[in-house]
Amino acid sequence: MTATATKSAALTNPLYAGRRRRNAIAKGLAFAATIFGLGWLVLILGVLIYKGLGGLSLTVFTENTPPPGAAGGLLNAIVGSLVMTALAVIIGTPIGILAGTYLAEYGRHDKLSSVVRFINDILLSAPSIVIGLFVYEIMVAPMGHFSGWAGAVALAVIVIPVVVRTTEDMLSLVPDTLREAAASIGLPRAHMIVRIAYRAAQAGIVTGVLLAIARISGETAPLLFTALNNQFWTMNMNQPMPSLPVVIFQFALSPYAEWQKLAWTGALLITVTVLGLSILARSLTSARKS
Amino acid sequence: MSMPSTQAPAVAAPVATHAKADVAKLTPKISIKNLEFFYGDSRALKGITLSLYANKATAFIGPSGCGKSTLLRILNRMYDLYPGQRATGEVMFDGDNLLRDDQDINLLRARIGMVFQKPTPFPMSIYENIAFGIRLYESLPKSELDGRVEQALRRGALWDEVKDKLGASGLSLSGGQQQRLCIARTVAVKPEVILFDEPCSALDPISTAKIEELIDELKQDYTIVIVTHNMQQAARVSDFTAFMYLGELVEFGATATLFTTPSDKRTQAYITGRFG
Amino acid sequence: MPEHTLKRFDEELERLSATISEMGGLAESQLARSLAALRERDTEAAESVIVDDARVDALDEAVQEQTVRLLALRQPMAVDLRVILSSIKIAAALERIADYAKNTAKRSIVLSQATPPAAAVTGIERLGRLVRTALKDVLDAFAHGDVAKARDVWERDEEIDQVYTGLFRELLTYMMEDPRTITACTHLMFMAKNIERAGDHVTNIAELVSFRSTGHGFDEARPKGSAAIYATSDAPAGTAP
Repeated sequence: MTATATKSAALTNPLYAGRRRRNAIAKGLAFAATIFGLGWLVLILGVLIYKGLGGLSLTVFTENTPPPGAAGGLLNAIVGSLVMTALAVIIGTPIGILAGTYLAEYGRHDKLSSVVRFINDILLSAPSIVIGLFVYEIMVAPMGHFSGWAGAVALAVIVIPVVVRTTEDMLSLVPDTLREAAASIGLPRAHMIVRIAYRAAQAGIVTGVLLAIARISGETAPLLFTALNNQFWTMNMNQPMPSLPVVIFQFALSPYAEWQKLAWTGALLITVTVLGLSILARSLTSARKS
Repeated sequence: MSMPSTQAPAVAAPVATHAKADVAKLTPKISIKNLEFFYGDSRALKGITLSLYANKATAFIGPSGCGKSTLLRILNRMYDLYPGQRATGEVMFDGDNLLRDDQDINLLRARIGMVFQKPTPFPMSIYENIAFGIRLYESLPKSELDGRVEQALRRGALWDEVKDKLGASGLSLSGGQQQRLCIARTVAVKPEVILFDEPCSALDPISTAKIEELIDELKQDYTIVIVTHNMQQAARVSDFTAFMYLGELVEFGATATLFTTPSDKRTQAYITGRFG
Repeated sequence: MPEHTLKRFDEELERLSATISEMGGLAESQLARSLAALRERDTEAAESVIVDDARVDALDEAVQEQTVRLLALRQPMAVDLRVILSSIKIAAALERIADYAKNTAKRSIVLSQATPPAAAVTGIERLGRLVRTALKDVLDAFAHGDVAKARDVWERDEEIDQVYTGLFRELLTYMMEDPRTITACTHLMFMAKNIERAGDHVTNIAELVSFRSTGHGFDEARPKGSAAIYATSDAPAGTAP
């Protein structure tokens, strides 16, 4: 009885009623925005699955890209992508981790680190086409031809800032007291970093590398200027090399129905790979937290 | 006669004389003289002079920001990890000024161990947490290492609770167990002095009691220095207490004297809860 | 001294001191009334002193209860700890003083049936006045934390002891002169002893007043005037109480 009385009294308070109204409106708007954003995502995924799933068959993984009008697969593009991505990770990860370690452990109070951090942030958000052009200038032009090496380097340049950033962030999350605890038993700095800090930040750093892989596996622009494309099977890194994104780009714009179908299938493959990597990264992060 | 007329002074007198007699017999493990400490340009410690006696527990108490943790962290040169911090004066540790520039800091820290406010087990197994420190200084065959790990865990009053899960992560233990693991880890390196920086502030009363009991036992073999916010804890575990305020050492003396008849008004106000 | 951050603690300490002061006032009045009953040979007044002793005992219990509570709940340190500890002991001393007053009142009832030597009664009164004044002063010193005043009381115990010794000899003389006064004089002797004992407790309180402020009593050994009784020539050794 009294409870209802006070409740209705509170409801009739004009200030409170106004606040409730504004709360309801804000909630509604946020909800609508979420639906709008997610809607497009679902739509993209839906179309991809609808268009790509039809072309998915064993031949996609066993046959090379076909000439116009013929049937074929994406084997050479998939392998090219895998090779260049792997090389990019092999080049970029050590550099990225070392630079991130410098920023988080040694150079934490240096002026140099804030400069490096700033440049790294620019690099992180630099348009990938600029990176493609840059590698074109320093590798493709002097060598006189497109190559798998150039493609891998361009991708590595994209990997580095991502790994630097995540490594630094993850090491910064390692509490100073853990560093002090390591120091307190007489552990020198470098040992502390390798044996304690890396171990504590392990999952986070691996997540960073996975995210970097996810990022480069969809890159088209830098490869266009560096590895270009190759209609045939090749493992020669000095030759132009095919990759899934570039093949998709080329096939999707072509007038041939078979090529367009393969483009959709390739797009689905990349999306599924990126999605899988993101989920893996996400689960690693949450495992670290628990 | 129910009450001898000299009974009242009998309450106070033994405390004071006891303390004086004690000091004369004791050997200082660490002697601090005119110690000043600077964070950049600001002076955090002003002319500290005091002795930390061997095989005794000395507590540093005082309000937040009084410099008690700073003082503790000078004793193992922990401040060296951070730029812009420096100490002047003299801190004699077994006749050697530990502030001198060419001091081997890693070896110093092996001799002066430290336990922190929050438990800081390394991200590895319980066994490895202990073995890690031992391997830094000695290369032992596996069987001997096992023995040393057990010995350290027993010293940390943790062995019975973890002997069946030495391979489990150190982080899987409860807060109080983690803190005892850290004490065991510190002890495993065979230090001479153990510094405790508010070791119980994150623990429940029962875990706290266990740690306090442990500190009391460790006194037999080590010189203990403890920083604490909890005055009752200082009263319970320490033999000597230093009260610090605004970077100065206000009063230093036997714990029993300081908590019953402090000589400085500020000490009195602080320990009776009349501050600020 | 500034206040505690926790105001309740101050209130509780004040309440404890108020209880002690009340108890002190009551013990002082008990002592005064028992002496008056002796002088006036007023058995009714003496009876009321005996009855009122229960009030002192009740206050003593209240002090015990408050101190236990404070110790358990407030974990007192330094001056607070000394205040609380001294409060227990002061209350015990006051309770003893009141007991001596009660005993004096009981004996005054017996004496009202007899004819004690008037001069000896006057002597008891004089001794009683000294102790009463000392008690009053030490209670003032307690109320104001006045260590100098407490020391003054402490030093005056010598005078009380001397008066007591004189009275003791005087009573011995009466008894030797006229054995018929032995019963009355024995009672008077016990009264004198009681009052002298009350004086000792006053001295204890004086030391406790010092202890609560400074952490120690009065250092040097207090001159003991009453030691002279053991050297008295006209009493055979062993008769001294």
